[in-house]
Amino acid sequence: MLGAARRQLGSGPMLGQVLRRLRPAAVAEATRGYSAAAKEMTVRDALNSALDEEMSADPSVFLMGEEVGEYQGAYKISKGLLDKYGPDRVLDTPITEAGFTGIGVGAAYQGLRPIVEFMTFNFSMQAIDHIINSAAKSNYMSAGQISVPIVFRGPNGAAAGVGAQHSQCYAAWYAHVPGLKVLTPYSAEDARGLLKAAIRDPDPVIFLENELLYGESFPVSAEVLDSSFCLPIGKAKIEREGKDVTITAFSKMVGYALQAAEILSKEGISAEVINLRSIRPLDRAAINASVRKTNRLVTVEEGFPQHGVGSEICMSVVEDSFEYLDAPVERIAGADVPMPYAANLERMAVPQVSSFSSILNFLLALAHTV
Amino acid sequence: MAALWLARASSQLARRAARRHPPLRRPSRHGGEPASPWLLGPAAQPPVLGSPPLPAAERAFRRGFCSVRSFAGESSAAAASDEEEPENGFAGGDQQALDFPGGKVSLVAEMNFLPESHGERISCYRVLDDDGRTISGSRFQEVSKEVALKMYSEMVTLQIMDNIFYEAQRQGRISFYLTSNGEEAINIASAAALSADDIVLPQYREPGVLLWRGFTLQEFANQCFGNNMDYGKGRQMPIHYGSNRLNYFTVSSPIATQLPQAVGAAYSLKMDKKDACAITYFGDGGTSEGDFHAALNFAAVMEAPVIFFCRNNGWAISTPTTEQFRSDGVVVRGQAYGIRGIRVDGNDALAVYSAVHAAREMAITEGRPILVEALTYRVGHHSTSDDSTKYRPVDEIEHWRTARDPISRYRKWVQGNDWWSDSEESELRNRVRKELLQAIQVAERMPKPPVTELFTDVYDQIPSNLREQEQLLRDTIMKHPSDYPTDVPV
Repeated sequence: MLGAARRQLGSGPMLGQVLRRLRPAAVAEATRGYSAAAKEMTVRDALNSALDEEMSADPSVFLMGEEVGEYQGAYKISKGLLDKYGPDRVLDTPITEAGFTGIGVGAAYQGLRPIVEFMTFNFSMQAIDHIINSAAKSNYMSAGQISVPIVFRGPNGAAAGVGAQHSQCYAAWYAHVPGLKVLTPYSAEDARGLLKAAIRDPDPVIFLENELLYGESFPVSAEVLDSSFCLPIGKAKIEREGKDVTITAFSKMVGYALQAAEILSKEGISAEVINLRSIRPLDRAAINASVRKTNRLVTVEEGFPQHGVGSEICMSVVEDSFEYLDAPVERIAGADVPMPYAANLERMAVPQVSSFSSILNFLLALAHTV
Repeated sequence: MAALWLARASSQLARRAARRHPPLRRPSRHGGEPASPWLLGPAAQPPVLGSPPLPAAERAFRRGFCSVRSFAGESSAAAASDEEEPENGFAGGDQQALDFPGGKVSLVAEMNFLPESHGERISCYRVLDDDGRTISGSRFQEVSKEVALKMYSEMVTLQIMDNIFYEAQRQGRISFYLTSNGEEAINIASAAALSADDIVLPQYREPGVLLWRGFTLQEFANQCFGNNMDYGKGRQMPIHYGSNRLNYFTVSSPIATQLPQAVGAAYSLKMDKKDACAITYFGDGGTSEGDFHAALNFAAVMEAPVIFFCRNNGWAISTPTTEQFRSDGVVVRGQAYGIRGIRVDGNDALAVYSAVHAAREMAITEGRPILVEALTYRVGHHSTSDDSTKYRPVDEIEHWRTARDPISRYRKWVQGNDWWSDSEESELRNRVRKELLQAIQVAERMPKPPVTELFTDVYDQIPSNLREQEQLLRDTIMKHPSDYPTDVPV
């Protein structure tokens, strides 16, 4: 949004010139990389089925959090699990994030595989000492004697009309810390595959979901539905191939990037959309390979711009593929303000599809006038 | 394991069935009293909406937890009307007692505030008097001569180890040290009362527990010197010991974080139905942390087999307990969380032994947390970074170091049983001292961990970016060897 505001001048007459100069782009079909998809599944069901299957496969896996049991989950992600596995494996906790996070870490130290749910990651702030100083660092500090196979999951980032203390994106916060892995699923396939991988992983994993994606449906193949399905951690996915510009995004912004790419394709611009899936470790190889192909990069995130995920991606590309860049790296991020509540203000504080288009157009305009 | 959760699920159902017909436990104040609306009595039962009324005795037995669930509306698991007792706050008619979420409470017409303290302090359990004689009438857990002597010699070893490592820090040979002076009985006697399978989550003033379990003086020295034999691979400051093999979790600096972790570990023991508990140690200062509250509350709700062992040694660096809390110490807080507790003389080895022995049994067989508050005194400075004479009187320290010394007190008891002699005493002290000095020499000369260990264990498997960083570091060392220490193998 910052960028969009700055670059209003990018549209208008310049755009017309750009379009005339662009070679007609053969827009690649949006290859979603699924095999013949017969079924659709919501992200909510994807998460629920992943939890169910992993709890069934491994009796040391258990779920803990506020409202996860009787209430079926604050967002109904753990629906039916209490009935199926009983209160010893689906624990409704008192309201103490610091408490149950510490307890989860202690249980993980001892060999169980807890899944700790935060009602939103904003509340993980009350437990962040345990996440960083107990979970992330223990394997290193104990020289491998204490491993912490724990998953912290819950909704992250902006929802709709929930104000500043319920809307922050914590991807950059947790991705900063060595010892943690940070995953950001987008589609139902991502949700299933990455959650299963997270639960099976011996290291502590931060699993950042998105409340507004829970209800969205995505096609899923038979392979995805299989209980052994698992996605590798640290590998991004090319959601849409293109050759004029690379757009990196994660979580909800992937959907926006795809919409923007569709709009751009009608104007003859072929955008490659990368669904990061994993913020730490970051799939630098995939990002750099893409930028070497397209020569332009736009990073997208919903969170605050300073020290955000886009900054790290930009640096990675500067380090590895500087000569391939035809234009400066652009970053699209949320406004650098605590999230306001009023609907109109909230809309302006997060990137919208239109902001993509104006940035991208400016970028391309800049490139072609050189 | 599936059989296990089935067993648990069916035991859960059995418990729910039992709640429908609970044992007649609560004494009801029946018996011909005038039907005053303010007394619990045999008068007419208030009608309860939504279900048939139960007899008084049954209705007196409530798990408040259930009553909250039946308000929650549609949750399928709990609110099946048959399974739960009827519960609501809308009792009409007679009001001897009120139903609220959480259970029945009797009414009182006078407005009385509970006093901030009981008046008298909770008394302290003790077995040996100041001269090492068992107090007549005292009840305690007997120890065999073998265990008693092992306890004594480990207390002495701990004391000598503390003195020598402290000196080594003062000489600049290690960077930091923290003693357990004055708390040797707590360290050794509590360890002696545990089994090797019990999981220990220490704060940092409990190396004696590790010593008891078999950590050698050489292993202690290796950690303090951070050499390549250190199990911590040189990653932590001195005294941050840890041993998987001995079920002693690596010491972690943030205060009281080990408390909720212990509850989690205990929960895992309970899930596996192990004949073991978790024990976690902390000081008086640690009880001010939020984690203390969360851990105790949670342990009670989860019914976790964990012993919360508080070393109330009077000081949190320079903060005396009078400035740390205003409660009667720590033991009184147990009741606030629904946890059984005991206050014990921490400088009395036999009292500590007995209390932990009993606590362990209750924790495991009854599946409950226990709070033990051991009163003692921190004779040493907080650490080598502290000079406690700056904030407390020297004669107070001296008094506790001599007149109230737990080791000499226990020695008097052991000698009183004719189990120990002066010659054995000097032999022990000489031997330990020699062994320690030897261990330090060996540890000091050993090379440090190699550079590879800088990058391992961040994750289970080393990621590619760290491999690259390691290579970069090696290349830099090769180019500029004079800038790198010679005792770090590359």
